[in-house]
Amino acid sequence: MSETLLEGTAEGGRLRLAAAGAWIARNARSLEAQIDAATQGRGTINEVRIDMARVERLDTFGAWLLERLVRAFSARGCATKVEGLKADYRSLVDDVHVVKLEEPPVRRTIQLADALASIGHSIVSVGGSFGAFVNLLGALSVVIVRILAQPRRLRFTSMVHQLDNVGWRGVPIIILITFLVGCIIAQQGIFHFSKFGADIYVVDMVGILVLRELGVLIVCIMVAGRSGSAYTAELGSMKMREEIDALQTMGFDPIEVLILPRILALIVGVPILTFLGSMAALYGGGLVCWLYGGIEPSIFIERLKEAISLDHFEVGMIKAPFMALVIGVVSCVEGMNVKGSAESLGLQTTASVVESIFLVIVLDGLFAIFFASIGM
Amino acid sequence: MAKARGNGKEVVIAVRGLVVGFGDHIVLDHVDLDVYRGEILGFVGGSGAGKSVLMRTIIGLLPRREGSIRVFGVDLTQASDAERHAIEQRWGVLFQQGALFSSLTVRDNLQFPIREYLELSQRLLDELAVAKLEMVGLDASVLEKFPSELSGGMTKRVALARALALDPEIVFLDEPTSGLDPIGAGEFDELIATLQRTLGLTVFMVTHDLDSLHTVCDRIAVLADHKVIAAGTMDTMLASEHPWLKAYFRGKRSRVGQPGETTRARTT
Repeated sequence: MSETLLEGTAEGGRLRLAAAGAWIARNARSLEAQIDAATQGRGTINEVRIDMARVERLDTFGAWLLERLVRAFSARGCATKVEGLKADYRSLVDDVHVVKLEEPPVRRTIQLADALASIGHSIVSVGGSFGAFVNLLGALSVVIVRILAQPRRLRFTSMVHQLDNVGWRGVPIIILITFLVGCIIAQQGIFHFSKFGADIYVVDMVGILVLRELGVLIVCIMVAGRSGSAYTAELGSMKMREEIDALQTMGFDPIEVLILPRILALIVGVPILTFLGSMAALYGGGLVCWLYGGIEPSIFIERLKEAISLDHFEVGMIKAPFMALVIGVVSCVEGMNVKGSAESLGLQTTASVVESIFLVIVLDGLFAIFFASIGM
Repeated sequence: MAKARGNGKEVVIAVRGLVVGFGDHIVLDHVDLDVYRGEILGFVGGSGAGKSVLMRTIIGLLPRREGSIRVFGVDLTQASDAERHAIEQRWGVLFQQGALFSSLTVRDNLQFPIREYLELSQRLLDELAVAKLEMVGLDASVLEKFPSELSGGMTKRVALARALALDPEIVFLDEPTSGLDPIGAGEFDELIATLQRTLGLTVFMVTHDLDSLHTVCDRIAVLADHKVIAAGTMDTMLASEHPWLKAYFRGKRSRVGQPGETTRARTT
C-alpha cells in the first residue's frame, strides 16, 4: 500500500496541505497521483499553504512534483506558500523552480497524406542512391585513369589484403554452398526426369544451369552478404569516427585509398570464386547422379562434354566481374552514406546487402537478354 | 591516510586489497581506497596507470582477481544479483565519450533509465526530462535532438543529466572535462560542484585536469606504481615529497602560486 504523502484540510478559502514521508523517485508514482488529486475540484480557494516540515527525504522527483503543485495553484490565482522546508533541500527546490517547460508537443495522427509523403520520400531516396551510384562509378573511372598514368599510386598491399578477405577466406563456405546446390538440383532433376525416362538429360540441365546462371548468382549473393556488408560496415564506422575526413585533410583521396582497392579485390576475387563454385556444383551434381541416379562418372563426364560448350562457361565468367563491380560500388556508396549513429550504420548495411542482391539479379536478367540476342 | 575530514564520516565506497590484471600484466596491485559520503574525490594518475580500470572495476565492468569492494556497506564481490541491482540504481556513471544511445533522442536517453525502474506517467517523464536538462544548464530546445547533433560540451551535459536521471547518491565521472575548452571545463566543474551541493552527491571523479582538482575536489587520491600512493587534500599533495606527486602537482603546468616556482619553471 502506498503511504499518505500529502494530506489536505480546507478551512473556508484556505487550504492547508501537509506533506510527509519520503518524496523520492521510488514514491513518485503514488505522489503524482496524490498531488493531482489535491489540485482538483477545490473551487473556492484563494490561499494555499504547503507544510513540508515532515518530509524526511526529497530528491529531484519530489522537488519537481512540489513545484508542479505550486504551479497548479498559482495558475488558478491562489497565493501559494511552501513552509517548513529543510535548509538542505532549499537549493534543490529553487533549482527546479526556474525550470521552463516546453510547449507540449502536438501529437499528430497519421493521415493519408503522411502515407503518400512517405512513399514520395522513398522514391526520392531511390533516385538519390541511384545518383550516388553513378557518381561513385564516375569518380572510380577518374581514379583509374589517374592510376593508369601513374601505376605506382595503386594501393597494391591494401588490395591484396582485401583479396585475402573476400576471396581466399570465402573459398570454403562458397565451395560448400555451391556443392550443396549442385547436389540438390541434380537430385530434383533425377527425381522428376526419371518419370519420363529422361534421366540422362539431368547432366545437360545441371551443366548449363550451373555454368550459365547458378554458379555466378549463388557466389554473388554470398559475396554481397559476406563482403559487401563488411565493406559498408567498415567504411561506415570509419566515416563515423571521422577517419575519412582525416584522410581527406592529409591530401589523400578516399576513393583511391579505400574504395578502389576494395572494388578491385572484388573484381578479381568474384570470377575466381565463381569458377571454384561452378566446379564444386558440377562435382556435387555428378556425385548425386552417380549415387542417387546411377549415372556412372565416366558417362556423366562424357555427356557433359556433349551438352555444354565453352560458350556456357564464358557466359557465366563474363558476368562475374560486372556483378562484382555492382556489389562493390553499392556497398561502398552505402558505407559513405552512414551518418553519426549506430542505427544508421545498421540501416545502411541492410540497404547495402538488399540493393546489391537486387541489382545483381537485375543485371543477370539484362545479360540474359544480351547473350540471347548475340546468340551465345 | 585520510585526514581529519575523513574521521566520523560515512564511508560509501571501500576498496580493499584490490588486484586487477589482464593476462600477465597486473594493473592494480592490492589497492586500498575509501570514498566518504558527500565529498568530491579527484582520482589522478599517469595515462595508462589504471584510473579508469579502478573505476570500471568498482562499477562492475571489469573482473577483479582479489580483494573486496564495498559500496554502501554491501560487498559487491559477494552480492546477489538483486543486491547488485539495488546498488546500481543508487549510482550514476558519466562515461568519457558520454555513451549516449545514438539511436535515441536526448529526451529518450534521459527517460530510458527512469522508464526502466519506475512506472511514471508520460507527462511526469517529459517534465522531468526538462527539469534534469535545466539542472545541467541546457534547455528544452535540445530534447528532440539526436546525440550526433550535439556539440562535445552538450554531449557531456546530457550524459551527466542521464547519469543523474534516477537521483543517484554516487556519481562516477570519467574525465568529465576532457575535450572541453577551458571555459567549458570551468563551467562543467562549477556545475558538478553545484549539483553536488544541491543533490548531496558523492562524486568519484577520474581526471587529469589540475584546475578541476584545485577548484572542486575535496580530496585527491593518487594512483601510481599500481597502488594508491596518497590520498588527502590538495595541501597534502603539495606538501608531499614523493617524486611523482612533485612532478604532477608542482610541475610546469601546475598553477602553484609561488612566484619563485613559476620563474624557475620559465627560466629552465
